[in-house]
Amino acid sequence: MKKVYIYKSFERFWHWSQAMLIIFLAITGFEIHGSLDLFGFELAVKYHNVAAIAFIILIVFTIFWHFTTGEWKQYLPTTKNLQAQIRYYITGIFQNAPHPTRKTTLSKLNPLQRLVYLGLKVFIIPLMVVSGLLFLFYRYPQKGDIEYINVDGLENIAYLHTFGAFLLLAFLVVHLYLITTGHTVTSNLKAMITGYEELEEEGEDMVSGTETEAKTEENNSKS
Amino acid sequence: MKKLIHILFIVLVPQIIIAVLIYNYQNIKNEGNLEELQEAYAQVPQSSVDHAEFAVLQQDFETPHEVTEACLSCHTERGQELLKSSHFNWERETFIPGRGVVYLGKNNLINNFCTGIAGSEQTCTRCHAGFGYYDTTYNFHNEKNVDCLVCHDNSGIYKKAKGSAGYPAMGENAPDYGAIAHHIGRPNKQNCGVCHFYSAGGNNVKHGQLEKALLNTTKDVDVHMAQNGLDMECVDCHSAENHVMKGRYYGISSRDYNRATCEQCHNDRPHEDDIINEHTIKVACQTCHIPEYAKVNATKMYWDWSTACDLKDGNPYYELDSMGNKAYLSIKGSFTWKRNVKPDYKFFNGTADHYLLTDVVDTFPVQINTLFGSYDDRESKIWPVKIHRGKQPYDPQQKRILQAKLWDPEPGNGALWVDFDWDASLKAGMEYIGLPYSGEYEFVETEMYLPLNHMVSPATKSVSCAECHNRDNSRMAGLSGFYMPGRDRNNMLDLIGWILVLGSLAGVIVHGGIRIAINRKQNH
Repeated sequence: MKKVYIYKSFERFWHWSQAMLIIFLAITGFEIHGSLDLFGFELAVKYHNVAAIAFIILIVFTIFWHFTTGEWKQYLPTTKNLQAQIRYYITGIFQNAPHPTRKTTLSKLNPLQRLVYLGLKVFIIPLMVVSGLLFLFYRYPQKGDIEYINVDGLENIAYLHTFGAFLLLAFLVVHLYLITTGHTVTSNLKAMITGYEELEEEGEDMVSGTETEAKTEENNSKS
Repeated sequence: MKKLIHILFIVLVPQIIIAVLIYNYQNIKNEGNLEELQEAYAQVPQSSVDHAEFAVLQQDFETPHEVTEACLSCHTERGQELLKSSHFNWERETFIPGRGVVYLGKNNLINNFCTGIAGSEQTCTRCHAGFGYYDTTYNFHNEKNVDCLVCHDNSGIYKKAKGSAGYPAMGENAPDYGAIAHHIGRPNKQNCGVCHFYSAGGNNVKHGQLEKALLNTTKDVDVHMAQNGLDMECVDCHSAENHVMKGRYYGISSRDYNRATCEQCHNDRPHEDDIINEHTIKVACQTCHIPEYAKVNATKMYWDWSTACDLKDGNPYYELDSMGNKAYLSIKGSFTWKRNVKPDYKFFNGTADHYLLTDVVDTFPVQINTLFGSYDDRESKIWPVKIHRGKQPYDPQQKRILQAKLWDPEPGNGALWVDFDWDASLKAGMEYIGLPYSGEYEFVETEMYLPLNHMVSPATKSVSCAECHNRDNSRMAGLSGFYMPGRDRNNMLDLIGWILVLGSLAGVIVHGGIRIAINRKQNH
C-alpha cells in the first residue's frame, strides 16, 4: 500500500463546493416546492436563485478544468468489469471480497461510477441548469422590456426541474452511503478531504483511463 | 499544520465565502421614483382667484340653475363638456364582445344592491351631477341642468336635498351661495365622497374601500389619502381632461380605456427586487397591495331582498347586527356585513359584460357583471375583487331579473319602500321600463364583481410571497390554468420522486445493516 495524492486541490474544492451547493439548493428548492418550511418562501427563492448562479459559475470553471487537465477521460463509460462491480455491491461486499476495480490516479472511478457520474454530468446537471435558467428567465409572451425566453407557462419546466431534483436527492442518499464502502469505512472521505489515499501499488498507475481496469486486487473504490 | 491550513482552504473556506455571498446577495436595485412623487404631491395647489370677488356671483340666486348660468358666463365651454360626461349622462356608448355597441350606465343597468333607478329616479338622482332628473323625460342636452357646485364647492355647505331629483333645498333653506363662492375649487374628497362613499344607500355599502373613513385616516388604511401622509385627493389620480375623469367602475363600465392606474405614477417596475417586478406581467399591483378591504367600517357582502316588506304592527322596522350595522330593513331585506375582508381573485383584462334587463337567463347565480380574463389572455392580470352576492326578484316565466319600482313621493303608485307590496312594485317597475312581467316572481341568487383599487396598504403590509405561494391556504387557490411554484405540484411526479428517494434510503439502510451485522459476527 502506498499513499497516493489522488484528488488535486481544485478537484476537492470543486467537490465540496458542489456538495454544499447541491444540498443547499435541495433544501431551498424543496422549500419552494412546499415540502419544507425553513427560511420562508421569499428567502428560499432568493437563496435558491443566488446559489444557482454560484453553482453555474462553479460548473463553468469545472468544465474548463476537466478539459484542460484531461480529467474528462475519467468519465468515459466502459462495460468492462461493470457486471463484476454490480456483483460486488450485491454479494461480494458481504463476503469481504476484494474490490473488482483497481483505483489509480488515472482511473479513479469504477465502471458503475463512470456511468452514474457521466449521467449526472451529461443529463441531470444540464437538465437542472437548463430548466432552472428557464425558470429564472422565462417571460410571458410579448411582455417585459426585452424579449426574454417566451413560454406560455411554468408547468413543464417545473416538472422537469422537480424530477431532476428527486434524482439528485436519490443520488445523494446512495452516494453518501457508498462513501463507507472504501478500503476502510472512512478512507474515501479522508481521501476527498486531504487528497491522499492509500492505494495498492502495482506500478500500473500511469496507464491511461479505460485500460486500467485491473482484474483483481482488493482495491478501494471511491463512491 | 501547514497541510491542515491547505486542506481548510480547499474544503472549508470556499464554502464559507460562497455562503456569505449568497446570504448578502442583493438584486440590482431599480430606481424608485417614490421620493419624487412624494415631493410632487406634497404641494397643495392654490386657487388663483377668490370667486366671491366676481360680481356675477354677488347676487341672490333664486334657483340653482341661476348659479350654473353664472358659472357658465365665465367658464363658457364647460357646460358642453359636462353634457358629454358620464357623471351627467349616466350612460355611455360602449362595446361588449358578443353584444356589439350598446349604451349602458346607471340609467339602464341593474345591480344586486339597490338594483336600478327605473321608476325611482327622484330619489336616486340625488347623486346626479345635475338638477331635475325626475324620470326618463329628462333633458340631457340643457347645460343649465348641470350642477357645478356638487363637485366644486369646497366649503361643505352645498347639499342636495332628499327625494328632490338632484336639487338642493330651495327658498329659505337654500344653501348660502355667497359663502360657497369663497370656496370654489377642484373637487376634494368630500365632493366625491358624498356620492361615491355612500353608494347603494349607506357608508361603504357598495365598494368596501371607498368610505367616509378616508376623510380622516392613517397610512395603514390608505397610504395615499392618509392625513398623516400625503393626504391626496381623489382627483390626484382620477385626473380629468375636459371633465372626463380617468377611471372605470366595472359595475357599469365595459371597456379598457382611460383607466386610472397605479402605473401612471409608479411605472410598471417600481420594486427593488426584479422578481417582484416580473409579477406585474400577470399580477395587478392591487393584488399584493390591497391585502384586505373594509378596513375601518364594514361593507355589505350579501343582500337578500326576499325578506323585505316584513312589517311590525304595520310599520317598517330595522335590526342591527353585532357591529351596529343594519342587518335587516323592511324596505330592503336582510344583509350580511363584513369587515377586514380578504379579497377574492380573478383574472381580469379590463373588459366586462353586464346583465341587461332584456337578457334571458336560467343559470344561477345570475352574473350581474362578468369580468373577462383568463391566464392565457395576454392582457389579463390577477385582480382582487369584492364579490357581492344577492337574492333578487326574478320572473320564472320570462326568465328575467325583475326591476322593482322602489320609491315614489306618493303612496299607492306601487313603490316598494312606500307600499311594501312586491307584486305591485314589480308591475310598476317593469311597466316603467317597458318589459313584460308575468305576474309570477321568485328570488334568485345573483353575483356581482367589483375590482378593488382603493385603500392601498403601506408596502410593509402588502401580501407576502407565502400567502399565495403555499400549498394549503393560497390566496390564489381559486385560480386555475397555470402552474404556481409553492402552490402546485404534480402528485404523480411527487409520488415517483419520493418512492425513488425513500427507496434509495431503504436500500442503503438494508445494505449497510447487513454489512454491520456480518462485521459483528466476524469480530466475535
